[in-house]
Amino acid sequence: MSALAEAAPAAGPMLPQPFRVRRRRRETSDTWTLTLEPLAGDGLEPAPGQFTMVYAFGVGEIAISVSGADRGLLTHTVRAVGAVSGAISAARTGTVLGVRGPFGNSWPLAEAAGADVVVVAGGVGLAPLRTSVQWLERARTDYGEVTLLYGGRTPADLLYRRELDQLARRGKVSLRVTVDAATRGWEGTVGVVPKLVGGARFDPGSAVALVCGPEIMMRFSAEALIERGVAPERIYVSMERNMQCGVGHCGHCQLGPTLICRDGPVYGYDVAAPLMEVREL
Amino acid sequence: MQASATVGATAKKDALNDLETAVLAPDALETLVSSLRSRGYRVLGPKLRDGAIIYDELGSAAELPIGWRDAQEPGGYRLHRRDDSARFGYAVGPHSWKQFLLPSRLRLWQARRDGEGFELEGDGETPAPVAFVGVRGCELAAIAIQDRVLLGGRHVDADYASRREHAFIVAVDCFEPADTCFCTSMGTGPQVSGAYDLALNEILDGEHRFLARAGSPRGAQLLAELPSRVPEPADSTAAAAAVAAAAARMSRSVQAGDLRDLLARNLENPRWEEVAERCLTCGNCTMVCPTCFCTSVEDASDLTGTEAERVRLWESCFAVDHGFLHGGSTRRSGRSRYRQWLTHKFGTWHDQFDSSGCVGCGRCISWCPVGIDVTEELAAIRASDGALA
Amino acid sequence: MSTVADLLRDAPFFTGLRRDWVELVAGCGSNVHFKAGELIFREGDTADLFYLLRHGSVALEAYAPTSGQLVIETIDAGEMLGWSWLFPPYRWHFDAHATTVVRATAFDGACLRGKCDADPALGYELTARFAQTLIERLQWTRLRLLDVYGNVGAR
Repeated sequence: MSALAEAAPAAGPMLPQPFRVRRRRRETSDTWTLTLEPLAGDGLEPAPGQFTMVYAFGVGEIAISVSGADRGLLTHTVRAVGAVSGAISAARTGTVLGVRGPFGNSWPLAEAAGADVVVVAGGVGLAPLRTSVQWLERARTDYGEVTLLYGGRTPADLLYRRELDQLARRGKVSLRVTVDAATRGWEGTVGVVPKLVGGARFDPGSAVALVCGPEIMMRFSAEALIERGVAPERIYVSMERNMQCGVGHCGHCQLGPTLICRDGPVYGYDVAAPLMEVREL
Repeated sequence: MQASATVGATAKKDALNDLETAVLAPDALETLVSSLRSRGYRVLGPKLRDGAIIYDELGSAAELPIGWRDAQEPGGYRLHRRDDSARFGYAVGPHSWKQFLLPSRLRLWQARRDGEGFELEGDGETPAPVAFVGVRGCELAAIAIQDRVLLGGRHVDADYASRREHAFIVAVDCFEPADTCFCTSMGTGPQVSGAYDLALNEILDGEHRFLARAGSPRGAQLLAELPSRVPEPADSTAAAAAVAAAAARMSRSVQAGDLRDLLARNLENPRWEEVAERCLTCGNCTMVCPTCFCTSVEDASDLTGTEAERVRLWESCFAVDHGFLHGGSTRRSGRSRYRQWLTHKFGTWHDQFDSSGCVGCGRCISWCPVGIDVTEELAAIRASDGALA
Repeated sequence: MSTVADLLRDAPFFTGLRRDWVELVAGCGSNVHFKAGELIFREGDTADLFYLLRHGSVALEAYAPTSGQLVIETIDAGEMLGWSWLFPPYRWHFDAHATTVVRATAFDGACLRGKCDADPALGYELTARFAQTLIERLQWTRLRLLDVYGNVGAR
């Protein structure tokens, strides 16, 4: 064969890196948080808001937002809703999963410096915001008022309960937690998350809002923020569509003129709102 | 060889600007093919099979569809005999060159279970370098468009890059457009422009000959090995006339300049409902389209669960599963999927990749089983610009 | 010491209300306070009061034998509590407990209904404001019906 023929190079960004499950914690009836350590190398350095493609051997791969990154350890909170997420969330300590990434853009934490920050999370939507909340608390003096408004279906469906209690105790971040439907023993607020926006303390003229959760919840929360006077371009949401390659080659994550893996998942609401308005876009 | 950045350019290149030009007799094509084969290329070109002109391996130039012509219309494709021995007397068929650069099925990697973990093994196939003989202007533009998608972003498709890097391109100017062609509207033909190694202009007027022009050093090298004579002014005139005649016979057109904005503001146009009543969402258009690049990634394992592989497959946005999310689909209706395809191809492709996604080859029109004509759909939307369902 | 009228002027619910109307409405109001855990009203009791919460939170509840008190919604400072006074039979539909120390202005329903009958323009203004609150509450309630966090893919 002539010199023209060359071995095809490695699959590159489609090749998963092996990560071992170091710790596993159950959050709710269908959600687990896994801490992963890389088998080789220093691991990933994801920015808040980014996601990875997590692979369960022989089963498949899904996009999961990074919910923690600390000295090479990678944390993912997974909700079991299908075959792949079920396999990943069931992975025992010591199991090796594949990870590709990180992909996507990140929450505008640097740009928000100096302003009040309102973090609005619903359900599993708190997971992609977890590292942001950690950052905002650590770099507290760089920001104005920092508020976290978090809601879930019922008290049993809330994530990171103990961390939230500790966050509230440390007092650097204003925390309000609410549930759609209370169960016996719940002494906290009952009501939808968007409703909490009205009473939260922030200056609408300069505040930056980070919103994540089911699309309906994000829309209502963003509208509540706009009602308070926050400009749409200072409200950020996290969009989700079918995700396969994560590198802009497979065409699945298109949302109108954008590719979520490249132009998202974090979008300014000024860009996201018209996209959310078109049914079946 | 660099990927072309002149997508959409209607450049009418003066033959003398190229590295070298020559006039070839039809028999020279035999030498062309054998020279490429002896260089180690897998030569691919048009052949007649199952009533259509498709692209497959050429053992010799005699395997070309000599003396054949195609007749195309919405939902229709027929072959007829010509009364000459033209080697390229037809437009394009159901195949495009993307099947060789972006294979419909590609194994990305294999893995083997190893205790609690797994070992990745194998890097995929090692494909032989390919030579394309008979690439049309629209097709060259389509290759450049896929280059942008798969090579021009932050991440490079390694397999596509390696197949593309060595691909030798022998392009052909069109002189026999089909009724479904509209390359002139999209600025991609009938004359070839862009990055090719060798371009041929078939002249049937008088002596049957080819005016060949090299587009690269290796193209010039190959040209030098072929039996040829020096071009005369009459050759250039005849070549230009053939291309001009083809351009004049273009029977379909699209007003392409403002499609991005036109489509962006017509997402609720009633036309989508109308076309959805006809569209079967079969996805033929996406299979034959030379720029459609959507693929799906599938993970599978054997029955014992010890071996796994990841495979990349062509997929179509017309499949309901294309928009699968959380147990449902984000595009359940046929209406939304047709709208996605058309608005992406002519509209949002500009936002995503800085060019149109359509090259005007007309394949989607011919191969649609119900004969949906994108040029007609675009005109209808333009005519009802702003209308709401 | 602030009068009832002063406190009303500060409340979002009464923002922009004509000064003389604020005085009129204040005339039907008096300041009240509740200890944390104290019952404010019980389902079925005569409802001829409504409250403007100035400080603290109230849990609106329903009682079921096996589950006990179920919280339906939390009403916060700045919000109005109670609209059963608007139309007969003037009975509370739910229970309400103070979850924290609560300071509120309580309005006599009969007194206010009388003033609205005498001045329909005032009546229209107050009804419009209550309608807005009701619409918002309905919207949030509908959002909860959607069960957006619920079992995905089950629909």
